[in-house]
Amino acid sequence: MTDILDILISANFWAAALRIATPLIFGVIGALVCERAGVLNLGIEGIFTAGAMAGWMAVWLGAGLWGGVLVAAMAGAFFGLIHAILTVPLGLSQHVSGIGVTLFATSLSYFIYRTALPDVSSPPRIEAFKPLDIPGLSDLPFLGPALFQQTPLTFLALLLVAITAYVLYRTPLGLAIQAVGDNPAAVESQGLSVYAIRIGTVVAGSAIMALGGAFLTMSAFDAFFFGMVNGRGWICIALTVFASWRPGKALIGALLFGAFDAFQVRLQTEVGSFIPGQLFLMMPYLLSIAALIVVARRADYPRALLVPYFRGQR
Amino acid sequence: MIRFEPRGPSSVSRMLGVSIAAALAALLLAAIPMAFAGLSVFEGYSLMVKGAFGSLFAFTEMLTRATPLILTGLAAAVAFRAKLWNIGAEGQLYAGALAAVAVGTGVISAPPYILIPLVVLAGALAGGLVMLGPTLLKTRLGVDEVVTTLLLNFIILLFVQMMLEGPMKDPMGMGWPQSEPILDAAALPKLMDRMRIHWGLVIALVSSLGVYFLLKRTIWGFEIRAVGENAAAARHAGIPVTATFIRVGLLSGALAGLAGVGEVAGLKGYLTADLSPGFGYSGIVVAMLAGLSPAGVVLAALFIASIFVGADSMSRATGVSNYLADLIVAMALLCVLVSGLFLRFKIRFVGSQTNKEAAE
Amino acid sequence: MAGLAQDAGVVLRLDGITKRFGALTANGDVSLDLKRGEILALLGENGAGKTTLMNILFGHYVADEGRVMVSPDGTGLSELEPGSPHAALQAGIGMVHQHFTLAENLSALDNILLGTERLAALSSSRAPARRKLEELMARSGLTVSLDARISQLSVGEKQRVEILKALYRDARVLVLDEPTAVLTPQESDTLFATLKKLSDDGLGIIFISHKLAEVLASSHRVAVLRGGRKVADLPTAECDRRKLAELMVGHAIVETMRSPGTPGAPLFVLEKASAGQGRDALREVDLTLKSGEILGIAGVSGNGQTTLARVISGLEPLSSGSMTLEGKGVGQTSARTMIDSGLARIPEDRHHDGIVGAMSVSENLAIEAIRKPENQRLGLLRFSAMRERARNLIKAYDIRCQSEDSPARLLSGGNIQKIVLARTLETVPKVVLAAQPSRGLDVGATSDVHKRLLAARDRGAGVILISEDLDELMRLSDRIAVIHRGHLSEAEASETLDRGSLGLRMAGHSTEDAA
Repeated sequence: MTDILDILISANFWAAALRIATPLIFGVIGALVCERAGVLNLGIEGIFTAGAMAGWMAVWLGAGLWGGVLVAAMAGAFFGLIHAILTVPLGLSQHVSGIGVTLFATSLSYFIYRTALPDVSSPPRIEAFKPLDIPGLSDLPFLGPALFQQTPLTFLALLLVAITAYVLYRTPLGLAIQAVGDNPAAVESQGLSVYAIRIGTVVAGSAIMALGGAFLTMSAFDAFFFGMVNGRGWICIALTVFASWRPGKALIGALLFGAFDAFQVRLQTEVGSFIPGQLFLMMPYLLSIAALIVVARRADYPRALLVPYFRGQR
Repeated sequence: MIRFEPRGPSSVSRMLGVSIAAALAALLLAAIPMAFAGLSVFEGYSLMVKGAFGSLFAFTEMLTRATPLILTGLAAAVAFRAKLWNIGAEGQLYAGALAAVAVGTGVISAPPYILIPLVVLAGALAGGLVMLGPTLLKTRLGVDEVVTTLLLNFIILLFVQMMLEGPMKDPMGMGWPQSEPILDAAALPKLMDRMRIHWGLVIALVSSLGVYFLLKRTIWGFEIRAVGENAAAARHAGIPVTATFIRVGLLSGALAGLAGVGEVAGLKGYLTADLSPGFGYSGIVVAMLAGLSPAGVVLAALFIASIFVGADSMSRATGVSNYLADLIVAMALLCVLVSGLFLRFKIRFVGSQTNKEAAE
Repeated sequence: MAGLAQDAGVVLRLDGITKRFGALTANGDVSLDLKRGEILALLGENGAGKTTLMNILFGHYVADEGRVMVSPDGTGLSELEPGSPHAALQAGIGMVHQHFTLAENLSALDNILLGTERLAALSSSRAPARRKLEELMARSGLTVSLDARISQLSVGEKQRVEILKALYRDARVLVLDEPTAVLTPQESDTLFATLKKLSDDGLGIIFISHKLAEVLASSHRVAVLRGGRKVADLPTAECDRRKLAELMVGHAIVETMRSPGTPGAPLFVLEKASAGQGRDALREVDLTLKSGEILGIAGVSGNGQTTLARVISGLEPLSSGSMTLEGKGVGQTSARTMIDSGLARIPEDRHHDGIVGAMSVSENLAIEAIRKPENQRLGLLRFSAMRERARNLIKAYDIRCQSEDSPARLLSGGNIQKIVLARTLETVPKVVLAAQPSRGLDVGATSDVHKRLLAARDRGAGVILISEDLDELMRLSDRIAVIHRGHLSEAEASETLDRGSLGLRMAGHSTEDAA
């Protein structure tokens, strides 16, 4: 028992939790924004991959770190636009289109990576984001190492949560996004364009998702590997339901998830010799399914989620 | 301005036309990445065609690759018909393979005419049971099956790795994480000498006929179609919606499980954690390209298999990455989705000024 | 310019509007003027093209021919940009749709504000909007609680929010599509009093209706649409009921007349039956249906009718109480058991619950009996038998379709209802549940439905008729009960009831109040 307590009170542990949570925060916020507008974006897994590859490659080609972040976001926006066009004005199945975008974005990323680097055996590394040293804050006991020795992308993720919450609840645009995911006819009857709002939201949400991928190559691993996204996108889709489509709860959900994952990694080092490592690696996926089961009965899906809208048809 | 006008029932020839148009569109679009990789488009395609059809060996290799794709394609098609979004064929395939290995590596010794059916049944059952979980979660608790089946793919793959590094590891495997080999008496026989093509193809074709018959001629098929097209009306008309979902889930998972049986007991002979290069996901493309029709699945699987086999061969000859095949397959899915619009709607391009049209 | 004098005071002009959907002409060369301060009733039966016309006016559709002219500042008329709701709103046109266009997850205030501010604005300025609305509410008498979520409002309150949406944007023209369809008679009276007040202030109002009484009572002028064409346009003072009815239908109307039924023994009984949750729940309902009678259930939508229908259809279990058919308990489980016990169910939303659109007419006719031996042998479908039976039913029920193999979704609403009637009534059921059976149907199809229900009654079936249309209930029912907030009143002989007292009970007043 004391071992577990030791883990929970170490600053290192909470720093790791926040680090693991960061890509999930980007992913959940992106997915949440799309779904609030009524569009399920199963392209997320591929958009993560595309963001990871594009961001990494931009830096590798000399674009600079923030240039890489921008390129990753643009890659996400591109695939988001494909998904938006297929599902919003054309009204095609959001499930199938999302899977298609995931397959497309993943294979295109791999193809470009392989074509650019045909012969490398060990993936080249880039000079990634360094933890920000914030004078004063970083030196605080416990809180300093736990919260303030993160890379800038983590702070960007936290900032995005606040911005998303503000936009959604406090601005005319946010009202329109909420309304279009509930009853598109309400939006059109007030003279706004359902298509423009949905397409714009999906593109923006996808750009945010791609930053989660960019975090993987530009902040966590410093290189691009095949299969590195490893289901993180799908986990974000589950967390979105768990968070009831609210930015604040999304942050909490992602942090809980990160804490649990960091905890099991530490537990693994303690008892790893008795229990196969794969059981620990399964935990995030099992936990996601458990989270879905917990909220299943009271999940309050946006009413217009998955429902295409055609003008003049109510 | 574009206008959609609903169409009447779709004829078989129009459905075929739409799928072929989508496949061609994907191949055309693939010219862009080919050019990007510095390959002349004509050369690329002729190498691919040669790779898939250029010799008897190439052709049987293509059929061998099509075998699991037919089965995972059927798995997706039958589930999607009922609007049960099973995206977990990849995991169910591995479950089927694992069960085949569990039964077929020496636990039971029996003559082939007993052992082979046992192995096949075990694989189908394992795949079906894996899909039963998400189906029950959907019907009992309302948990979205898309996410659960997707997540299960990762869980099952990890479980397979755990078994291959633990209890099912081959002691003679030089430390590699792989299972013991399937007994000769449990292996699916080859269809031709010195070729890899095996009886799994027969199982796949028979399954396709079976699913066709089921959907077209039986009560269960009627109920699947009704539930898929309008679950609310089906429930109102007294059709057992929950039972139908469970049947479809079991069938879909079993078909994907059979794909795993074929790969391990027909082709590889033992199980490794890289048995499937994404057959489960490609199965979705096959099913969509087939317009969810069981007969179409066979044709679509042959097309997708020739892309994969052709691209492999092209890649060996030119050094261009064979991820090109995955790219073409993904684009085929997006293209068929769009071209499906032409089945459901007459699409008219109407000038905004001159929108007078002759009265019909 | 000639016609200037005629233009005086005209705030809206439809000029030769024609709209076709494929082979169907929804509107043919319709022209219409609306003056400042005028209440114009647009009368026509279902399918006459009223809603299409108003959707063109509001930019949801683009007309194939013709144009819409508006006078945004009250002086000259100018052409309105077609196909743009935004332009219509800018020109001062407000529209209240039959199905409310409100986001249920937002407050009333936010729904009204939606689209009135720049989307790029950094924050929503709710305070000034609130002041303007409070003043508007005080002036018009349309009070709602601005901070309540739409999902918590009643139907009447939602309608008020819809009207406030238009007034907040300083509308000069207000269009209401079937505004009384969801209101009690008393609520309708209040609505028309409000509209009168607004028109006195100069608002031009068009309301769409197929109810003659309210058109006669509340409009200045009537335009009648029939088959997509305008067949009359005259001051209301020059009209009477008979004349309007004939204009609307195109021939003298023969209303289905009910001969008194001969009720038999109690057949189907609900005792202290409760089910469902929230607004539409059913609370301790007692109901006794005798054979050979039509029992009408009156009520404003959302008071438990849907749950009642779902319970009787076998789609929702009772949480307490009992349901018996001929003394035996039924239907705690599934639709299947209800069908097998001899219940015919005609669902409220026939497109959603009645047919599987992608399946053929013959499959839809067989769907409830698909496991019966006549449709299958050893689990295999008997297609030729199914088709032959379908051909007979198509003839017997006059279902208009290309063939028994065409997909059901291609049929009109009336013919879809005939499919449902054919497959349910053909089994000679003991009990018929008809939920809103004529909603959205034209006069011909409606009278067909009514004849079928009366015929079922006359051969001894008990019929439960759930409807929001008081005329339909009074015409068909032997007895009527009123449902309000999930409670069902004692059923009374329909001869002893009148619209006024039914209306009061629908609004929740007790029998004593109504008397």
